[in-house]
Amino acid sequence: MAPPLQVKQLPERIVHATIDGQRVAVPEGTTILAACRSQAAEVPTLCFLETLAPVNVCRACVVEVEGSRALVPACSRPLETDMVVSTRSKRVDKSRRMVLEFLASSVDMSLAGPDVERWMEEYGVDPDRYGPKAAAGADLDARAGRHGPTVGAERATAAQPVKVDNDLYVRDYSRCILCYKCVEACGDQAQHTFALAVAGRGFDAHIATEFEVPLPESACVYCGNCVGVCPTGALMFKSEYDLRQANQWDESRQTVTDTICPYCGVGCTLELHVQDNAIVKVTSPMDHEVTSGHLCIKGRFGFEFVQQRPPAAEPR
Amino acid sequence: MERHLSADAATADERAAVDAILSRPPSPWVGGERSPHALHAARRDESAVPPRDLLLPALRALQAEAGGVSRGAISYLAARMDLPPSDIYGVAAFYALLDVDAPPEAGASVKVHLCDDVVCQLAGAESLIAKLRDRYGAEGEPAGGVSWHRSPCLGQCDRGPAVLVQRAGTYAADIAIASATAEDVARAIADPTPAPTPPATVPQAGDASLVVLRRIGRVDPADLDSYRHAGGYESLRRALALGPESVIQWVTDSGLQGRGGAAFPTGVKWRAVASQAARTHYVVANADESEPGTFKDRVVMEEDPFAVVEALTIAGYATGAEQGFIYVRGEYPLAAARLRHAIARARQRGFLGSNVMGRGLSFDIDVRQGAGAYICGEETALFNSLEGRRGEPRNKPPFPTVHGLFGKPTAVNNIETLLNVLAILAVGPERFRAVGAEDAKGTRLFSLSGAVMRPGLYEAPFGTRLGAVIDMAGGLRPGRTLQAVLLGGAAGSFVGPEALDTPLAPAALRPIGATLGSGVVVVFDDTANLRHTVLRIARFFRDESCGQCVPCRVGTVRQEELVARLAAGTPRGSAADEIRLFHDIAQAMRDASICGLGQTAASAVDSAIRLGILGREGGPA
Repeated sequence: MAPPLQVKQLPERIVHATIDGQRVAVPEGTTILAACRSQAAEVPTLCFLETLAPVNVCRACVVEVEGSRALVPACSRPLETDMVVSTRSKRVDKSRRMVLEFLASSVDMSLAGPDVERWMEEYGVDPDRYGPKAAAGADLDARAGRHGPTVGAERATAAQPVKVDNDLYVRDYSRCILCYKCVEACGDQAQHTFALAVAGRGFDAHIATEFEVPLPESACVYCGNCVGVCPTGALMFKSEYDLRQANQWDESRQTVTDTICPYCGVGCTLELHVQDNAIVKVTSPMDHEVTSGHLCIKGRFGFEFVQQRPPAAEPR
Repeated sequence: MERHLSADAATADERAAVDAILSRPPSPWVGGERSPHALHAARRDESAVPPRDLLLPALRALQAEAGGVSRGAISYLAARMDLPPSDIYGVAAFYALLDVDAPPEAGASVKVHLCDDVVCQLAGAESLIAKLRDRYGAEGEPAGGVSWHRSPCLGQCDRGPAVLVQRAGTYAADIAIASATAEDVARAIADPTPAPTPPATVPQAGDASLVVLRRIGRVDPADLDSYRHAGGYESLRRALALGPESVIQWVTDSGLQGRGGAAFPTGVKWRAVASQAARTHYVVANADESEPGTFKDRVVMEEDPFAVVEALTIAGYATGAEQGFIYVRGEYPLAAARLRHAIARARQRGFLGSNVMGRGLSFDIDVRQGAGAYICGEETALFNSLEGRRGEPRNKPPFPTVHGLFGKPTAVNNIETLLNVLAILAVGPERFRAVGAEDAKGTRLFSLSGAVMRPGLYEAPFGTRLGAVIDMAGGLRPGRTLQAVLLGGAAGSFVGPEALDTPLAPAALRPIGATLGSGVVVVFDDTANLRHTVLRIARFFRDESCGQCVPCRVGTVRQEELVARLAAGTPRGSAADEIRLFHDIAQAMRDASICGLGQTAASAVDSAIRLGILGREGGPA
């Protein structure tokens, strides 16, 4: 049999540039973010995820590039020959502070993780500069391009009731920073279900099903991949949500056990998060070559049979 | 892929409206009626799926037919176009002129959009709004099938107050009225026959020394022969004789810069597209002018549509594009109609099509209308909108010359820019560049409005003093004194009376922190409440932010809240504290936003603070 046809690849070019005064050499096409990380220069990111194409919307990763009028998103911009990049200039720090502060002033960031908490501290975020939170939250009935009058005494927020419309996961959009990850994961970056999209405009832009129908009426197949990529806890497994509501969620009491999904022949790796001898959440490692962190409804949610304890023996 | 669709069915009228755009479904497998018989043959023809760029035209057709975009209609569109319903909903909910909340019986409803923006405020918008409120009830609440809504600038600032009547159903029509009275609005609601169009306000009309406006008032906008008698199609003839390379050289040598606001050299842009190895190439005329105070492109399209068609044909020839698009803002029904008519005539007479002017050149033009979104004037947002997506700007680079419409090399030019090309080809680059300023060649259109004697569209060489331009419009009304001028629109800046001697050219304006932008000159006399104007501008940016990136989505909200506090004289802490906070917000929007909207959203407020309009210690004067 003839060997498979070899397609000739263009020889890889190396790009030489400067990041924070250090010369770097990376393969052509490497993003500024990847180059920074190879230099151990920390660049905060919120909407970036290794397994999804960058959408560069959060602007937390902006860096200063000499000769560029505006700051540049490191997550999506490839490093170019002789670029001079600063990751901690005054302008960069100011923008990062403001991005984090804008988010903290409008959405609940309390479950966004330890990195975000540390960055808020490091960049000096003070959301109360914008006044007290408005009593009523987002005006979800607002039509594109319209909003009610404001006197500026209170700051508008995205606060709104939690959407609990199914048994598997909940949506708390008062925590949503509109990073687009759930839309991408539900769409052509992973699941190809397209149950979610961004609707509305401006401050009223939000993640939605068509006509805001509850998930059971939408195209959702409950793979949970949107939950898997959500960075702020806006999407949460119902099991976790219920424990948190009951004040019983405690990660220090949890163990993680790797196993292989028993349902089909693909062999996805599952990470079983166990608390008090009960599975409370299932994830898959993001660097897994098969799953990239994504699962289907069976691997993600089909674990209840494991915890069906035999009924206590009836006395004879 | 089989889509999950809701059980809601489109009405026959809704299906007909969609089919008129997409053509009838060729098989039951792409949205047609499925009978048991048809299910015998499970065939799917991918080529029967209409291209996604027909989505916005289809949504507009649904709005016109049914007064809104219903669940059933989205289900039908999803089946016809093989798109997810959530995706279509997300697109529809992006645009102000598409209604996804319309009651199911919306049918023959009428929506009245009243401009309450910067210029119409000076022309009595609030008193018109009060009258409509008396007649039709509270804003946004349908009464007898009629609802009214406040609207951003409708581009009729030469004759405000302006109204756009969106009539749905049997007598569907978009009717722009300016200047509007309550009686005009009532007539447009009740009477399906369109009222006569008022003449254009071009006080210089007939002046043959003009470069861009020379044909206005001399040609019949509906008549190709009249256009040709006035020298029409001589420039394309010259271009075809020169060849594409020389056309680009002439445009480059002329020093022509874009007139949409960014002032990028047109020749450089055209050469960048022409030299791209990747095919297909596209040319796009950006006629989405929505900058408050701007109406120049509307007047040109309404009064000289063949010139737009000819100029875009030249752009296509020079850059190697066989297809052009004109993206006209949804609020300009007359301009779109006249362009469509001109294109049909030109095609009929061999000025468009597969053999342009008998020279074997293939070029054609499609007119697409927006649906109420300022952001779609940003070139990459325009591409997304034209492609049937939400009008969210793309990150640049890659630039449109490499990765533009449909991912292909694209030259996108403003209407005024394109018309200058006709003049360059008519008189040659040397004569063209003999007029104007050192750093900006040729003439400039000025949308002049506000407290002047004769608001209207004016043309003057770059470098003309601001005061001289205001004098062209007859100066201020008797007994009034100048308070300020808004230069460049909402994304521009306020300047005070001391700027009257400043020449209107980029280098001369830089020291006073101003730009020409899209050529807006709004004049405010001593009777104007400028704090109110600044607050309206802040509200505008909050409404028109696409919401994609954090600095603009939240920054425009925080800016509006801050301006509201300053305008009311109730700062948090001192006015100086507020100004420090403003500068933080402004810098983040300017430095970290994806596109020009966010990057300029603080510009006018910044200038207002500089001039002391806002934020003087001790509250408002």
